[in-house]
Amino acid sequence: MFDSLTSRLNAVFSRLRGKGRLTEADVAAGLREIRLVLLEADVHFKVVKDLMGRIQERAVGAEVLESLSPGQQVVKIVRDELVGLLGQERAPLSLDRRPAVIVLVGLQGSGKTTTAAKLALTLKKDGRKPALVAADVYRPAAIDQLEKLGGDLEIPVLSERGGNPVAIAGRALDWAKENLRDVVIIDTAGRLQIDEAMMRELEEVKRATAPDELLLVADAMTGQEAVNIASTFDQRLSLSGVILTKLDGDARGGAALSIRAVTGRPIKFVGTGEKIAELEPFHPARMADRILGMGDVLSLIEQAEEKLDQKKAEELAERILKNRFTLQDFLDQLLEMRKLGPLSQILDKLPGAAKLKAASPVDESEIDRTLAILRSMTLEERQNPSIIGGSRKKRIARGSGTKVRDVNQTLESFEQAKRALKQVGGKHGKGRFPPDLFKR
Amino acid sequence: MTAWIDRLKQGLARTRAGLTDAIARVVGRGPSLGATQLEEIEEILISGDVGARLAAAIVGELGARLRRDGGSAAAALATLKALVAERLAGCERVFGLRQDGEPTVALVAGVNGSGKTTTIAKLASHLRERDPSLVVTLAAADTFRAAAIEQLTVWAERVGADVVKHQLGADPSAVVFDALERARRRGGVLLIDTAGRLQTKHNLMEELKKIERTVEKRLGRPSDERLLVVDATTGQNAISQASLFHEAIGLTGLVLTKLDGTAKGGVVLSIWEELKLPILYIGVGETREDLHEFSAREFVDALFGS
Ligand SMILES: Nc1nc2c(ncn2[C@@H]2O[C@H](COP(=O)(O)OP(=O)(O)O)[C@@H](O)[C@H]2O)c(=O)[nH]1
Ligand SMILES: [Mg+2]
Repeated sequence: MFDSLTSRLNAVFSRLRGKGRLTEADVAAGLREIRLVLLEADVHFKVVKDLMGRIQERAVGAEVLESLSPGQQVVKIVRDELVGLLGQERAPLSLDRRPAVIVLVGLQGSGKTTTAAKLALTLKKDGRKPALVAADVYRPAAIDQLEKLGGDLEIPVLSERGGNPVAIAGRALDWAKENLRDVVIIDTAGRLQIDEAMMRELEEVKRATAPDELLLVADAMTGQEAVNIASTFDQRLSLSGVILTKLDGDARGGAALSIRAVTGRPIKFVGTGEKIAELEPFHPARMADRILGMGDVLSLIEQAEEKLDQKKAEELAERILKNRFTLQDFLDQLLEMRKLGPLSQILDKLPGAAKLKAASPVDESEIDRTLAILRSMTLEERQNPSIIGGSRKKRIARGSGTKVRDVNQTLESFEQAKRALKQVGGKHGKGRFPPDLFKR
Repeated sequence: MTAWIDRLKQGLARTRAGLTDAIARVVGRGPSLGATQLEEIEEILISGDVGARLAAAIVGELGARLRRDGGSAAAALATLKALVAERLAGCERVFGLRQDGEPTVALVAGVNGSGKTTTIAKLASHLRERDPSLVVTLAAADTFRAAAIEQLTVWAERVGADVVKHQLGADPSAVVFDALERARRRGGVLLIDTAGRLQTKHNLMEELKKIERTVEKRLGRPSDERLLVVDATTGQNAISQASLFHEAIGLTGLVLTKLDGTAKGGVVLSIWEELKLPILYIGVGETREDLHEFSAREFVDALFGS
């Protein structure tokens, strides 16, 4: 739906290429575009208004840097402002007390229970001994849900059917000590910030546990109400931070700016998937890029570096340099790529990918088919594709539930990839597929 | 930076008043509406999640109409409401039950936490209230989220419905297959609860399509209702939700939940304009009674806070 902000701004500013400074009229034209972009990203309108004023101040008369177009220059100023407002990089949890207490609060359906399990896993990986406390006694099966999640992670769960949330939370500390746990995570029921009785209940939970961290769990898809929600929770409970969930979708996440603006509380983590391992530290710069619709390039690169097996990558680079790239490498590489998630999701993180996807949709089933074909080959065939003749092709097609035609296509793709890699191999070291291999 | 945030915080704290109050304040300032007042009305619409472009269009129309009809500032609110109501014309629709003896089948989908399971329980209760002899079967096709099956089972007991379920991790289409068998024997209504999924997840959307295909194969026709449950707190992303779910299974309508909060759900205006998907129900709380048939007039009144 949106062209990238930069290209829209470049259109606005195309007239003034070559002029040295941004004039008031130029900036005003650009700001109209930026205002729309931010509002469509669900940033609260007052936050937008305020930002516009600040950006205007900074941009008018600003020298356009040699290396940038005027549009890019304004985007850079906007981005800097957003990053500043979004707050510090990596706000860690402060959990020095033993046992420490984390209380999670938020609206219905924002993702508290899943986030509780995710935090528990993160802390466990950090060498802590977490425990979970089920203080949502209202929603049907909320306790079962937390017990199941805790069970899967081998993390103890304190629960009491028909109990009182304040009493359960109050017992949590002693229970944790008895069970040699050093941090407890209390999952509370979802509630509307205008529900007086339920908000009072949270105040009591807070009094009973004196939490080290009291975190608002907020849905990244939230609209203009993010401001009212966050400010009320903060006023009543004095939050220590925020966790933003469901960032794996295509929500631009303007609520992050609204929440920061109204509470000033740090965003400590973001939820990026339904799997319990999918909790990541918050990065203001990436969030700013996302809100501006500039793609999450940085994040993708970092993720790729983390998840791809470094040693394998080096070995692969070796082989490419020596032109010994085999179908086995092809398979390994495909499997590595799969670790990053479906290709369509990887593309979502790249700027301009929406257009690209519409023009030539990535065919996931194509990748599945290729994987099946590669897996149906013997190791010998994968290492030495030249032995694959007609009868072997038939066997591979049968084994992978495909047609000989598909096997041929895979072998062709492989040859293409090999040629392409040979060209780039020398320059980059690490092998990557030609980008259009799986597009039609 | 901190001083700025403080100032902004104070400004934001003043946003709470209802939109009608705000508009009354705006229009009370003079005999006719100037550009500044129109701009403020635009902001009021935006704060109800109407979206910047649509808000601009509506306010443009308001200005034009007030100029044309020479309407006073005092009449502006009524004109504004009428304008929005006109745009919503045709978006009300009720849940229809089949009259041919075949079971009525409704597939309920949406993103995580939007209120699908609760809505199904409320809908079962609502339909049985209208007709106490109606047989209602629920299909527990959310086999992914921990304890989702238990949640639906608790609700089924509360509202007097029958539930068809498999194990956690089972194929949701297999659950639906069995549920269809049951519904064909028992008649009445089958409500299919599905796992929450973000609309951009290719595999999960394929899974949803497969569920719908199972219905088509088994019944020789599509599900009678394919409903998207949208959380009213959602901003502009709801448009993406509606269009991608619509693309996947051909939606027949929306349910807008959590309108008991402070969110206005103004984004459904854009969804209606773009996709012409009717709104069947609104959710206004967490008990079985908290489901109402959607009324455009009430929605517009609520959008402007009266
Ligand atoms: N306040 C309010 N809460 C609701 C409404 N509908 C659902 N909920 C709550 O939202 C949360 C998520 O609902 P659920 O039905 O489990 O969502 P699902 O994941 O889409 O099935 C639960 O705590 C529900 O009680 C509503 O209309 N108003
Ligand atoms: Mg559910």
